[in-house]
Amino acid sequence: MDTQVKKLGLKERYAAMTRGLGWETTYQPMEKVYPYATYEGIKIHDWDKWVDPFRMTMDAYWKYQGEKEKKLYAVIDAFQQNNGFLGITDARYVNAVKLFIQGVSPLEYYAHRGFAQVGRHFVGEGLRVACQMQSLDEIRHYQTQTHAISTYNKYFNGMHHSLHWFDRVWYLSVPKSFFEDALTAGPFEYLTSISFSFEYVLTNLLFVPFMSGAAYNGDLATVTFGFSAQSDESRHMTLGIEAIKFMLEQDPDNVPIVQRWIDKWFWRGYRVLTLVGMMMDYMLPKRVMSWREAWEIYGEQNGRALFRDLARYGIREPKGWLDAIDGKDHISHQAWNTFYNYNAAAPFHTWVPTDEELDWLSAKYPNSFDQYYRPRLEFYREQHRAGNRFYNKTLPMLCTVCQIPMLFTEPGDPTTICYRETDYQGDKYHFCSDHCKEIFENEPEKYVQSWLPVHQIYQGNCFKPGVDPTQPGFDPLMAVFDYYDLDFGRDNLDFEGSEDQKHFAAWRGQALQNTV
Amino acid sequence: MSNVFIAFQQNEEARPIIEAILADNPHATAVESPAMVKIDAPNRLTIRRETIEAITGTPFDLQQIHVNLISLSGHIDEDDDQFTLYWKH
Repeated sequence: MDTQVKKLGLKERYAAMTRGLGWETTYQPMEKVYPYATYEGIKIHDWDKWVDPFRMTMDAYWKYQGEKEKKLYAVIDAFQQNNGFLGITDARYVNAVKLFIQGVSPLEYYAHRGFAQVGRHFVGEGLRVACQMQSLDEIRHYQTQTHAISTYNKYFNGMHHSLHWFDRVWYLSVPKSFFEDALTAGPFEYLTSISFSFEYVLTNLLFVPFMSGAAYNGDLATVTFGFSAQSDESRHMTLGIEAIKFMLEQDPDNVPIVQRWIDKWFWRGYRVLTLVGMMMDYMLPKRVMSWREAWEIYGEQNGRALFRDLARYGIREPKGWLDAIDGKDHISHQAWNTFYNYNAAAPFHTWVPTDEELDWLSAKYPNSFDQYYRPRLEFYREQHRAGNRFYNKTLPMLCTVCQIPMLFTEPGDPTTICYRETDYQGDKYHFCSDHCKEIFENEPEKYVQSWLPVHQIYQGNCFKPGVDPTQPGFDPLMAVFDYYDLDFGRDNLDFEGSEDQKHFAAWRGQALQNTV
Repeated sequence: MSNVFIAFQQNEEARPIIEAILADNPHATAVESPAMVKIDAPNRLTIRRETIEAITGTPFDLQQIHVNLISLSGHIDEDDDQFTLYWKH
């Protein structure tokens, strides 16, 4: 027997592992087996035109993923064994990790489910294989993040009920509703929303400068899971741009459909990233770059190159592009202000930055910080020192689409809050921007079903069973926190005076000195 | 003209890859940040297997770059010997 088998080249290997694996069904018609492949109006004439340019095959996939896992878990083990958390710059940093486990990791799980589902509904095998790999990547990210962050959960507040909070707490409805919007779309819209708009255009902003920031702040565990996830992300981004090219090249009728999805999902993703902007500018004690700089490198420069390249298909920049650029001087400061105000209702801590940090923000935001945001923070600090730390006890109005409180200002006018509204079937709906309004108006049947946390609280749906709001002395906000399982005074309120602050100071003191 | 970019973790496995890229692409520039290196290049950037192998003295499978890759931008053309990022327009 001849055992000398010539090894296939990359391109042949890819063809062998992704082509000719499917079949035409006979017991049932194809359109009944793949009902979602056509109903969005996207026309595909030749599924085999789909090619993964990395030409990753399942065998190579397992090999490299296995290597990544071994490296990652060695770091996580070392971090935990050696109390690596004591080496972070400052306990304030941990609040960024809290936001990550509360608001980002659950999205990884949603992405796992989403790719499993759309992989089932695409007809071509190449695309199905790519979706299968991504579905596995995403559950890996959810697991590795949970494992890496569990070491912090042993020592700090604000992480013990993160999944419970994801389904209930007001600001977490922002990422949650974003992903549920994508999951309930058709398979091609899902690819445009997650693979293209989120992964290709926006995800660098989350994982690259922020994770580099984690490294800068001594958080080995986070930077390692972040970059380990990001190595998969490069594949996902490539899936995103290939998905767009594939749809656009298959039929000219696909162009306007895809353009509307790009408009919608660029804006949806950009709004979610407000949280990341705030993490970068306010929650990293040592900063690598400002949100504005990261936006310019990874959003503007990269986005411009991309849309210039896609222009040959008749695709233009997303409609919200210029408003997003206008927002780079403002959104992180406006978001931090909102969380500072509503910190009684949020299971992480906020604070007024130190003078040195305020100076850094002044230097990084020469067009906006001193004029609009610094005086407000200094006023808060003065009030706090006088014993009047302000906590807002009213509930904010939310945008029906992005579910963010109405905190953003008019493009070109940072002193006026931006409000939009529309009427639909006798009810009035409110929006933070022209773009969220337009998204609603394209699909009102979908967004009238939004689970808006503030509305739900006012309707009495956010109290524990058996709570009687008519009792004398009933405190509705405390009843909501109880429903959240938020440990009042430990998970929430200002960092100054928090248990996290005291514990970290004591533990670090023990790490640096011998006690008798 | 637009830039393509590729970013790697800053570690011993990625070091020869980065060296090879900078040797093969004189128009490329490397920017270091904590824990990472980002390489920008106008229009086009190529990674060659042979250059990496010449640096390390061991066989290299180009798909090994996935282990330490952080991010990239541009269209991809890959075979067993080279990996290219480019913009068409």
